[in-house]
Amino acid sequence: MDQHQPHIVSYTRLIGIWLALLVLTALTVAITRVELGGYKVVGALAVACAKAGLVIAVFMHMKYEGVLLRWLLFLAFVTLAVFIGFTFFDVLYR
Amino acid sequence: MSDMQQAATSFWNDTGKTGLTSWIFSTDHKRIGLLYFYTTIGFFLVGVVLGLLLRIELMAPGRTIMGPQTYNALFTVHGVVMIFLFIIPGIPGAFGNMVMPIQIGARDVSFPRLNLLSWWLYIIGAVIILTSLFSGGGAPDTGWTFYVPFSSRTGTNVSLAVFGVFIVGFSSILTGVNFVTTIHRLRAEGMTWFRLPLFTWSLYATAWVQILATPILAITLVLVMAERVLGTGLFDPTRGGDPVMYQHLFWIYSHPAVYIMILPAMGIVSDIIPVFSRKPIFGYKMIAFSSLAIAAAGSLVWGHHMFTSGMSDTAVVVFSFLTFIVAIPSAIKVFNWISTLYKGSISLEAPMLFALSFILLFSIGGLSGLILGAAATDVHVHDTHFVVGHFHYVMFGGTGFAIFAAMHYWLPKFYGRRYREKPAIIAWGLMFTGFNVLYFTMQVLGMRGMPRRYYDYLPEFGPLNLVATVGSWILAAGLILMLVNLFRGLFWGEPFVGNPWGGATLEWSVATPPPTENFEGEPVATHGPYDFSGVKK
Ligand code: HEM
Ligand SMILES: [Cu+2]
Repeated sequence: MDQHQPHIVSYTRLIGIWLALLVLTALTVAITRVELGGYKVVGALAVACAKAGLVIAVFMHMKYEGVLLRWLLFLAFVTLAVFIGFTFFDVLYR
Repeated sequence: MSDMQQAATSFWNDTGKTGLTSWIFSTDHKRIGLLYFYTTIGFFLVGVVLGLLLRIELMAPGRTIMGPQTYNALFTVHGVVMIFLFIIPGIPGAFGNMVMPIQIGARDVSFPRLNLLSWWLYIIGAVIILTSLFSGGGAPDTGWTFYVPFSSRTGTNVSLAVFGVFIVGFSSILTGVNFVTTIHRLRAEGMTWFRLPLFTWSLYATAWVQILATPILAITLVLVMAERVLGTGLFDPTRGGDPVMYQHLFWIYSHPAVYIMILPAMGIVSDIIPVFSRKPIFGYKMIAFSSLAIAAAGSLVWGHHMFTSGMSDTAVVVFSFLTFIVAIPSAIKVFNWISTLYKGSISLEAPMLFALSFILLFSIGGLSGLILGAAATDVHVHDTHFVVGHFHYVMFGGTGFAIFAAMHYWLPKFYGRRYREKPAIIAWGLMFTGFNVLYFTMQVLGMRGMPRRYYDYLPEFGPLNLVATVGSWILAAGLILMLVNLFRGLFWGEPFVGNPWGGATLEWSVATPPPTENFEGEPVATHGPYDFSGVKK
């Protein structure tokens, strides 16, 4: 907890991120309307990752945390990505 | 030094607090460990009674003591209790808590209060699961796997049971977080990573699986609840959902979960075998790394439960291949244990007998697992009693017997009294015999085509089923003898002083029973965990 000073994120910043999240949500909806076949899922997942990344980096303050915590979180994400990725051996080849 | 004598004061009394609240609100890792021990073993006994009832029903063809609905509920509750309330929390919660901090030279775990919270979450989850049996539509009848579409439609109380399991999952995650932090941060001076006892190594690998895989179970169970309560249709093909996706989600957690069950058991065995062979463990680093390898590779094989589910052929091939890969680190361990025994000066006391039977029974379970892991053969034995035999060999013959080994090996340390050797060995003999009669017969029945999860079967399976049921009684008789002998010994038996087993890990260097703070002064690790040169029995 040593490098823990309070980080006040400015309102403009927070609102900016919020707007970005809304735009990305709209993008998710838009993707479902386009004919992309199996790639639809890839697109939706990519947008979801971008959104989660913003929330974690700014709202959850991961941007200001130490290297260790970031690595641990990264490990969790890689695990999740691998798990989701492996289900594609099934979904894409049915 | 008082270390080697029976301690006049110990964690049982040295804080001056002895009432019930001094236990259920204690943050001492040893007390929490014992809380976990008694609660998990209590649920084990509940599960055993249910298992025996299932076996009585199967004793003869036709209805014996219960109808199909009761049978379905009983095998579900048996499975849920054994998996979520006994075997997953069993070793980390009980023996991990009791022994691991002392093994690394720490006074407690990193987050003692979180530790207490995780026991409480376990209890709350257990109470919710038990409530689900007697409320709403009655005990769930889906099997412990809660497969959709049945679990989203059945009128039984699946939602509440699933919610209880959800809570128990958090308890497991918290234990994992606590153990990873403790092993990283609280090792004593000189306790390098390669001086860690292998039990601690196995808990470390397990903890990572608990942290990374359990959230997926939690989410899956929330989706089942959403499906039932809100009708989301996520798993319903008529509404664009995918029922096979449920099986993916469930097994993404539940296959790694079998490593949460077996890895710490392998750790126990790795600690006991060298002590009773008076030889350093063979291939220490290989055993330590194979735990990590099992944890990593074992997380990528879940599809082997789904070969007949309609999953794509590509996935079948990939998951079948990966399953065979996991056999390698498991076999590394088995060969290393055997090599440790070679030319050792072996003494066959109860902990060692249970540890040795672990090796045999786990190997039978593991090898029968390859029959299930090979996509071609699995099609024939999927959902038969072969599977039931297989996983009891691994979970009961493996983890269960390792827990019995740990009970005889470590509990005397914490009670300062010991069990009697002869009845323990007779009990072991009964259990070992009954176990094989029961479960080997099940495997034969499965090979011949008897399906699992049915209360009735074709008449030609009658004789072997009778044999299996008689086996379950022999097993139960051994179990009763073992528990009576063990607990009589712990409460009223001969004193257990000093280091009778001659262990070289740190827990054998502290007073018996250990004081609340574990060590007098700061411990320093000066030798490896299996260096017996300076150890006096
Ligand atoms: C005396 C001890 C035991 C007996 C007699 C016993 C017996 C049985 C029987 C008869 C079944 C159901 C077979 C079927 O119709 O499908 C079963 C299922 C099961 N048992 Fe046991 N068992 C015992 C101990 C254990 C232990 C120690 C564990 C785990 C640690 C365990 C875990 C399970 C699981 C997960 C199932 C599957 C439930 C399901 O199908 O959903 N059992 N057992
Ligand atoms: Cu599996």
